[in-house]
Amino acid sequence: MNIVEALLFAIRREATQPVRLMEVCGGHTHAIRKFGIPGLLPGTVSLLSGPGCPVCVTHTGFIDQAIHLARNYPVIITTFGDLIRVPGSDQSLETARANGADIRLVLSPLQALTLAQTEKSKQVVFLGIGFETTAPSVAVTIKTALERGIGNFSVLSAHKIMPPAMAALVNHQPNLDGFICPGHVSTITGSAIYEFLAQDHGIPCVISGFEASDILESILLLIRQINSHQPKVEIQYRRAVKMEGNLKALEIMHEVFVLRDDWWRGLGIIPKSGLIPDGKYAGFDTLQRFNLPEFPDTGNRGCRCGDILRGLITPPECTLYGKTCTPDSPAGACMVSSEGTCQAFYRYQN
Amino acid sequence: MTRELIRDLFQPYLNNEYLEKESDAAILQPVTGKIAVSCDAFVVHPIIFAGGDIGKLSICGTANDLAVAGAKPHSITASFILEEGLEKSLLERVVSSMAREIKQLDIALIAADTKVVPSGLCDKIYITTTGIGTVIPDLEQVSNGKGIQAGDRIILSGTIGDHGAAIFCARYPEHILTTIESDCACVYPLIEMISSFGTGIRFMRDPTRGGLATVLCEVTEKKAWGITIKESLIPVRNEVAGLCDLVGLDPLYLANEGKFIMVAAESISNEILTALRSHPLGKNACEIGVVTRENPGRVILETPIGGTRLLTMLSGDPLPRIC
Repeated sequence: MNIVEALLFAIRREATQPVRLMEVCGGHTHAIRKFGIPGLLPGTVSLLSGPGCPVCVTHTGFIDQAIHLARNYPVIITTFGDLIRVPGSDQSLETARANGADIRLVLSPLQALTLAQTEKSKQVVFLGIGFETTAPSVAVTIKTALERGIGNFSVLSAHKIMPPAMAALVNHQPNLDGFICPGHVSTITGSAIYEFLAQDHGIPCVISGFEASDILESILLLIRQINSHQPKVEIQYRRAVKMEGNLKALEIMHEVFVLRDDWWRGLGIIPKSGLIPDGKYAGFDTLQRFNLPEFPDTGNRGCRCGDILRGLITPPECTLYGKTCTPDSPAGACMVSSEGTCQAFYRYQN
Repeated sequence: MTRELIRDLFQPYLNNEYLEKESDAAILQPVTGKIAVSCDAFVVHPIIFAGGDIGKLSICGTANDLAVAGAKPHSITASFILEEGLEKSLLERVVSSMAREIKQLDIALIAADTKVVPSGLCDKIYITTTGIGTVIPDLEQVSNGKGIQAGDRIILSGTIGDHGAAIFCARYPEHILTTIESDCACVYPLIEMISSFGTGIRFMRDPTRGGLATVLCEVTEKKAWGITIKESLIPVRNEVAGLCDLVGLDPLYLANEGKFIMVAAESISNEILTALRSHPLGKNACEIGVVTRENPGRVILETPIGGTRLLTMLSGDPLPRIC
């Protein structure tokens, strides 16, 4: 019996009561579907996908703001690829680009900074999205921009941190029995940030890796915590995650960014859940540099991304899913990113 | 300027009995049997990548379309759109690559055209090629797959995703600090070796844009049978798998430019594999799945841990993920 078979055997034997487990990491959503894990689990174990995909939790107002900038100012907008097809209230960045806006894909914020150094006559705006995993690299970029005196670079930040959203989920979704905690985020943050979930809310937490055996072992550890009524935070992904996290990355993130109340698609405004450049770095905040107005979150008509992100429904329960909302023509953000719950369901259909 | 280009650059590499006549149309000798025709436009960016360039691609791509339709490439035409200001050395590299592939395939470039457009109106070089081939009588059926039946085997001629991964690395050299070699190659020599298996070969296609998954979905769509493939049997080079893991791409959907997928009768599957593996281009050939009565119209992938998932066609362009 190989390790996967052994883990599945143990899960089937020990999952004697119905449990609802939520992953809050796009990488886990993708891996679970890619490996076909749901079909191998006993009927007692339900897996829910939470707000773990940075693209999916970014609201339409952010896209509208970026398009407004691209249309009305001499700027180059730089963005990760996932964001380009996310629909705003009227159009996506991809459509805006087709209509003449200068919007370019980059693989890292440093690439955007390099562009700013070569395109000195234009302002280069980087669309900063992502959780604790990506925020430190953007912080380093902003710090580098300050040190090198690069005045034509700024970040339109939709960066978010995960714990406040998990707290909001616990309040929204009382039938949650455990969290498969994000692997990449936890390499930066460490495990302590989840303690309040176990201590205050009685929710078992296991930080998981991304291989099939990692995820299955995490599910088994959660089932054992649930069965023993001893909620705690465990690290399954020990080869990458330390209890204290990556102190250097955290330090620079806290040096450059400050917390603000931020809008999450499906969850609304969550206090102190977003990150914007602050102090001597505040000048690199695109909002300040261009004195941009806030754009409201208009949502997308009929789209139930919000309910899906809260684990209240599965994608096929949305009336748009697979009909007017497909990866080719996404109505909601969850269908855009390869790590979005709807796209994972659509692509792997298991 | 165009005349100079033709005289100084194209003619030394590409001239032959057809082009030296400088007439408006090539006159071909009669050929025996049915004729296959295929055309393709090549706009790859960047135009040079590890393992090839737009010139090599423009010959191999069109020749492969003929070959997987069961035709022996006979001749080819090429039209070039060049951006003003293009470095001569770059163009020379592209043209010499084309000449090398044409020679290797033993085909003739029977017509060519060149236009130069102002800077900014094209990305260095665009090439359109049209290939003419003679259909191998016993392979007429392979382009439509009408003879596919339950029990037939799915054969892959080698590793997948190499070209897509090569282009990705070439596009982002400052971030992907390695190169991955494209599989860009003409597959006709392989197909010639197995052409004697005739009607036992039910279907062939080269998995270019959209990759292996998209081709399997296309051939299975609306059919009374399904396909089941095993992920663990699909060969993927370590570096391609590593890149895909890193940036969130799926090798099943990455383009290939020197591979083909075949559906063949079970009775000849092993012999075909032995033949393919005897050639350097087919050394990684393998059987990856089977045509089933179950799941009509669908392609099922069995994951290495025994799970299953449904494969769908490529939607949009594969995009790298954030984290």
